[in-house]
Amino acid sequence: MSTLLDVEDLRVTYPTRTGVIEAVRGVSFQLGRERLGIVGESGSGKSQTGRAIMGLTPPQAQVSAKKLAFDGIDLMAASPRERRALRGNRIAMILQDPKYSLDPVMSIGRQIVETLRAHERVSKAEARERALAMLEAVQIRDPARVFDLHPHEVSGGMGQRAMIAMMLIAGPELMIADEPTSALDVTVQLDVLKILDKLVAERGMGLIFISHDLRLVSSFCDRVIVMYAGKVVEQIKASELRNAQHPYTLGLLDCMPRIDADRHPLPVLDRKPEWAA
Amino acid sequence: MSAQPILTRREWLLSDRPASRMQARLGRAYVAWRRFSANRLALLGLLIIIALLVVAALADVLAPYSPTIGDLKNARLLAPGAAHWFGTDDLGRDIYSRIVYGSRWTLYVVILVAIIAAPIGLLVGTVAGYAGGWTDAILMRVTDIFLAFPKLVLALAFVAALGPGIENAVLAIAITSWPPYARIARAETLTVRNSDYIKAVQLMGASPFRIVLRHIMPLCISSLIIRVTLDMAGIILTAAGLGFLGLGAQPPLPEWGAMIASGRRFILDQWWVAGAPGGAILIVSLGFNLLGDGLRDALDPRSGDQ
Amino acid sequence: MTAALAIDRLEVVFDRFRALKGVSLEVQPGESFGLVGESGSGKSTLLRAIAGLAPVTSGGIAVDGRTLGRGRDKAFYRQVQMVFQDPYGSLHPRQTVDRLLQEPLAIHGVADGERRIQRALDEVGLGNGFRFRYAHQLSGGQRQRVAIARALILEPSILLLDEPTSALDASVQAEVLNLLEEVRRRRKLTFLMVSHDLAVITHMCERLMVMQNGEAVENLAASDLVERKVTKDYTRNLLKASEGFVRA
Repeated sequence: MSTLLDVEDLRVTYPTRTGVIEAVRGVSFQLGRERLGIVGESGSGKSQTGRAIMGLTPPQAQVSAKKLAFDGIDLMAASPRERRALRGNRIAMILQDPKYSLDPVMSIGRQIVETLRAHERVSKAEARERALAMLEAVQIRDPARVFDLHPHEVSGGMGQRAMIAMMLIAGPELMIADEPTSALDVTVQLDVLKILDKLVAERGMGLIFISHDLRLVSSFCDRVIVMYAGKVVEQIKASELRNAQHPYTLGLLDCMPRIDADRHPLPVLDRKPEWAA
Repeated sequence: MSAQPILTRREWLLSDRPASRMQARLGRAYVAWRRFSANRLALLGLLIIIALLVVAALADVLAPYSPTIGDLKNARLLAPGAAHWFGTDDLGRDIYSRIVYGSRWTLYVVILVAIIAAPIGLLVGTVAGYAGGWTDAILMRVTDIFLAFPKLVLALAFVAALGPGIENAVLAIAITSWPPYARIARAETLTVRNSDYIKAVQLMGASPFRIVLRHIMPLCISSLIIRVTLDMAGIILTAAGLGFLGLGAQPPLPEWGAMIASGRRFILDQWWVAGAPGGAILIVSLGFNLLGDGLRDALDPRSGDQ
Repeated sequence: MTAALAIDRLEVVFDRFRALKGVSLEVQPGESFGLVGESGSGKSTLLRAIAGLAPVTSGGIAVDGRTLGRGRDKAFYRQVQMVFQDPYGSLHPRQTVDRLLQEPLAIHGVADGERRIQRALDEVGLGNGFRFRYAHQLSGGQRQRVAIARALILEPSILLLDEPTSALDASVQAEVLNLLEEVRRRRKLTFLMVSHDLAVITHMCERLMVMQNGEAVENLAASDLVERKVTKDYTRNLLKASEGFVRA
């Protein structure tokens, strides 16, 4: 397996007036052209990990890593300019709520076209052509109509598809999806995942899927990293999740109500301080 | 984190599990103070305002001469010097003493206006914002009418009707300065009225009056305090403007605006007669503005919740 | 037996949009009833209409056989209380837990406030250490516990739960669901619970109604779902979706 992304001992800290907050404390993993899930609860540092790889941590945060390399490029040493060039072009990110990540005053089509033209020299006509093709690829039924709509005129599922189209237009090799479907209805959620799955498979992208939903992630990804309090507590193949070792992973799997299991009361997580140590 | 048997005062204030209502309140105030005091300019503003208060309180001690009785024979329009720090005016009065006593009138105006205008604005704005519909339309149209006139012109009209004098000037300024507060309070109310925590109180069976008074007003107060502080400079200037036009404080009251007005005649030859009170107005206005800016950072309800 | 809650052909219209199109249901005393649906199904609107927070255009709501008018009186609020979805939005940002819990007691002039606050805090597993904290000093789960304590403090018989755990982490969700079941058992409460999550509803409720576009799709018992005895395609889709992603 060729390594697309190599992360070793990634740390993100936030200095505050009351002390230093360590959001990510030494995360290491490698990613090939596969689907990797990062799962954890709020405050586990999963989103911070994604943002640090993307280079989107706020300026007051301190990011350090023994190694943070994308396709052989040392991201820690790269200038902001080089990282900007990588972003969107070779690494793309989808966020939870398309409402906040799409520009509200620009039509969806134009945003996709602008993204494309920011990374590639193409004529306007060709850009439009490719944007329409991309909208079709994310299974938007009437691409020409949606092209001219503004983000507030479309539903959440449609907006998230447009967001995916915009992120994929430049043909990235690595996609980081931070809770891409959490704001969507369950049935729409599956549609969006299907699209994502197909595109990842067809284009041979690497995908990091960040989510709080262990069950969803394990049904979608090849491999799962479970994070707790800024650390990786377990790395496991999704198909072998049943054989997970760490009590936190087991607890997470166990505490969800199931339709066909009558368990009253639900088992709860008994958080051990040594997990965070 | 280990539990320590003896807490420092700072730890007690910052405790995230306060043991009493008092501790919770003090802790909150302490956090706001820390945010405020991190801003040097805001501290400077606070210092200026404290100095103003001290000067006003100790005017009798600080002023070497009487503010109203001058030495017409020997001391007319003297330049600043050792005997008269800021010089004397056309009636031979010591300008420094007049400025020191004038600080009382400045405070009098500013505080009275704030006490009258802010509650009116708060009440009108929150009631309009929470009630909506006709109440809102009527209250806000009235507010618009007040807002449509330039403040000084409206104040002039009121003083002209009520008669000149510092009390009437205060009243006129108060009447003209509540509308912006009403607007702010209404805007703030609109952002919170549909929140779940207000719905939750409605579901407790609270009367609309109780909701506005106990749940909405406290949320509007900090933005109002900020706005009022920032307006203080404007209030001083309006009062000075009225004084300058002869409609505010009447001679021989040492009100700063009126002092500038009487100094205007000699501004080219004896600049200090108008310049000294002008400088005082400038410094105090600056103080209030800096203080207001600092309060904005310290009290901002949005950042305060995180 | 009179139903604890009877809804008869309820219609809610917001600015010409029919959010609820003639929905009827009955909840028996002590029962836990679930409403499931996706966004726009009208499930939350139904809850809010009962609480008096949404405009009812036609149809009737009866609590313990007593039909409600347009307004809601204080007696109603002592009988029916609600827990909101967003624990970050349902607590006043400038009030301590103590103040939040005192408010309903003050409104209703309850005498033994001190005892009730103690009891409510103990009951939701918070204890006295949390009494003087502000909302921003609490985690999401703790906030939701405070919201539950606030709803319980007037000792209502019916609790309306609007997605009470959907904003919480899975492990916290389990704790809050257990807590809700416990207080229901102890206080013999009637629940009307809204969720988009079929598993949560089957776990918590004996009967449920699936909703879509402001209408009832079907009424089921939780056991029907367990045995996959559903008749409508929409419900079947929801069931399938709740099982996670299946690669084609």
